[in-house]
Amino acid sequence: MANSTTASRAPMAAAGDADSFDRRNVDWYVDKLVQVLVFICGISAIIFVLGIFVFVTKEGIGFVFQHLDFKEFFLTPYWFPSDADDPEYGILALMAGTASVTGLAMLVAIPFSLGAAIYIAEFATGKTREVLKVLVELLAAIPSVVWGFIGLVIMNPLIIKWFDVPVGLCVLNAGIILGLMAAPIMTSIAEDALKAVPDRYREAAEAMGATRWQVTYKVVLPAAKNGLLGGVLLGVGRGFGETMAVLMATGHAVNIPDSIFDSVRALTATIAAELGETVVGGEHYQVLFTIGILLFLVTFVVNLSADLIVRGIRKG
Amino acid sequence: MTTDNSVMFQASSLNRRNEKVQGLYRILFGLMTLMLVTPVLLILGTLVAKGGGVISWEFLFTPPTDGMRTGGVLPALIGTVWLVMTALLLSVPIGIFAAIYLSEYAGDNWFTRTINLAIINLAGVPSIVHALFGLGAFVLFFGFGTSILAASLTLAVMTMPVVIVSTRESLQAVPQAFREACWNMGATRWQTIRRVVLPNSVTGILTGVILEVSRTAGETAPIMFTGAVFFTPFLPQSVLDQTMALSLHLFVAATQVPGIAEEVPYGIALVLIGLVLTMNSASIAFRMWLRGKKKW
Repeated sequence: MANSTTASRAPMAAAGDADSFDRRNVDWYVDKLVQVLVFICGISAIIFVLGIFVFVTKEGIGFVFQHLDFKEFFLTPYWFPSDADDPEYGILALMAGTASVTGLAMLVAIPFSLGAAIYIAEFATGKTREVLKVLVELLAAIPSVVWGFIGLVIMNPLIIKWFDVPVGLCVLNAGIILGLMAAPIMTSIAEDALKAVPDRYREAAEAMGATRWQVTYKVVLPAAKNGLLGGVLLGVGRGFGETMAVLMATGHAVNIPDSIFDSVRALTATIAAELGETVVGGEHYQVLFTIGILLFLVTFVVNLSADLIVRGIRKG
Repeated sequence: MTTDNSVMFQASSLNRRNEKVQGLYRILFGLMTLMLVTPVLLILGTLVAKGGGVISWEFLFTPPTDGMRTGGVLPALIGTVWLVMTALLLSVPIGIFAAIYLSEYAGDNWFTRTINLAIINLAGVPSIVHALFGLGAFVLFFGFGTSILAASLTLAVMTMPVVIVSTRESLQAVPQAFREACWNMGATRWQTIRRVVLPNSVTGILTGVILEVSRTAGETAPIMFTGAVFFTPFLPQSVLDQTMALSLHLFVAATQVPGIAEEVPYGIALVLIGLVLTMNSASIAFRMWLRGKKKW
């Protein structure tokens, strides 16, 4: 901004007489006007994030103040919100569902996406690299409802057939689906992180006689580790917040899973499935918004830490 | 490399082992990459095999009949077009201006970092939380009711980061010397942006917009409670109407309609994914063409 002021004022100073060279014509006013407009749009992202927090909190806060019993809410697995006499709001089982599915998804996604990122950034060249990058991008483009549909109609019968279980809508199904959904974002951020390592590091190591793999393992990976960690965290956030795919592929049964073949229900899916049946402003409605506040805060913390970790490397 | 039998360099056993290790890792990572990308092809293949038969002009241009068990997808297709267009009208101008601020005006300080963090969060907040926001803010507080307007506003807020990030990138790709040359001619900052920076990055911005179309068309959760309905026989007449949408129609057809013919949901999925992937491929092709054309 300092640049623009010096640029437009400098001739004035040179003339030594403000009247003979007044820059405040139409263009000058347009420039100032646009500057204000652009600034307002620039901060719109902050306004929207605050707006999300304010409005979700506004609808859910009634429950937090009037009915919320922290111990019952977080530590009991009994979720019977539509019981007319004595509704119970325990989200332990829902949290277990979200955690088990996200955990399995990360077991699938982290090794594969880091492996793919290393291959694309360090080994592949030319056309192969371009084709792989495009395929990863297309993988990221598949809508979540299509993933859910795939879990429902393709994975479900496959799991029943291969593992001889009665129901194929389970932690395993949703975990694999979610892993495939989170992998592209992790791959592309990890690849960016690897690319950000200066080439002279690689050249120096290669000049010492190191092979490609030795360069990658001993030089590139340590130099890129913060970026890789940031990518993994963003992938975790993506998996945690996914809604439609887990709604359709988990089986949607309130249950603390014992094995990967158990049906579960996730926090996000619960909101999606039940919000339509609730009365605006009712207790059930408010408790769903309370879960929304929880989801917002968790993803906020995850994204914030990912950002701090990635920034850490840029400064250092 | 080690197979080279020149007199100058004879590979030692250590060299050979290192080469072998490298070869193994190369194969391992190559396989991992393949396993990651094959699902795209498998999924597309299955959808085409099972749903391809049902796709016809009639499927695209007739409404569902017999309680959605048979018939086409016309109202859902039209609804998705309405939703995407309205969302784009709202988010593209704000997104481009936000990117101009970040690229051309903002300094490297805590305030800019806060904006960037907000953009990351906007993209990272679960879609269902965006739905809750849309319901609380646009449907109830601003009183738009469950309408295309409320759903599109929700989608616009949610997908705006796509436009901001890609526009910012293409603005920053314009060399600083272009701006300096323009300033030196006495142009104001806005004249420089309007006459020099934007014309040189407009194709890059378009790439981001196409990408946003693809993202917006596929979203389901944010529109479920804000404007999209399971079924309506009417096509939307204004932004205050409710509408069907392809993504929600797929969810409904796959889970809520008993006795639906098996190929119908496959057909809907194929239409949706066809729309999304066409947009995405267009954006990718556009980007590659642009890179080949770049003059500086």
